[in-house]
Amino acid sequence: MAVVELAFSALPVHVRTARLIVTAVARRSGVAETLLDEVRLAVGEACSRAVESHQRYCPEEPVRLELTGGKSRFEVIVSDTVPDDGVAGGPPAAPSSGEPGWDELGAGEGAADLGLAVIAGLADEVEIAQTPKGMQIKMSWPVEES
Amino acid sequence: MDLKVNDYTTDDGITVINVEGEIDVYTAPKLREKLIDLVNKGKFHLLVDMEKVEFLDSTGLGVLVGGLKRVRAHDGSLELVCTQERILKIFRITGLTKVFGIHDSLEDAQEKRKGQK
Repeated sequence: MAVVELAFSALPVHVRTARLIVTAVARRSGVAETLLDEVRLAVGEACSRAVESHQRYCPEEPVRLELTGGKSRFEVIVSDTVPDDGVAGGPPAAPSSGEPGWDELGAGEGAADLGLAVIAGLADEVEIAQTPKGMQIKMSWPVEES
Repeated sequence: MDLKVNDYTTDDGITVINVEGEIDVYTAPKLREKLIDLVNKGKFHLLVDMEKVEFLDSTGLGVLVGGLKRVRAHDGSLELVCTQERILKIFRITGLTKVFGIHDSLEDAQEKRKGQK
């Protein structure tokens, strides 16, 4: 079982780098080409959410990713170090853009929630856990038989 | 890849915004600034051409929704040109296909606009 770990400063510019690395590792792990776009987008969403939360509450702390390529699943865990940052009822991790009008346009409660909805829609399996240390978003996709 | 954003206004008063590259948490502010700038200049009928967009996340969706909100405040419109399945999928997952007019081409958008007049 191959494991790749990645930690990056909580800056938006690094989210693209994280997407590129995750896509490369997913491809090498045997995730089907047709699923790579979904991996890239879902992990990008999770990283964007973590970066925005860190910038608000702990900008000096890095965002961490753990990528695991197993025999049957490729798993990605994106971890932040912001305890109780929105899903469990704490202060919302709203986007820095502060765009207005989501509710009246039928887009849900906000872009941060929309990001989680996108993750749920794209990841084959997803678990979101709020721990005392922060939030963990675990996503996984099937791996093709080699 | 950096985000490239250019615009021009057609004879029938639609401002076309050509977007090229990746729209994410890093680059979305550039598109937001362009939309705000156009609205401040009195351009209230916007058509965002997304045919050369390689990546779009929820931050980018937020910018488009914010732009739509702004032009609607002036009885304007913000519609999209997009035929890329990978981008359309994001709009479908989030239900935003019901919010934005999405066209196959600039010509298609112009024809439908003429039909509505």
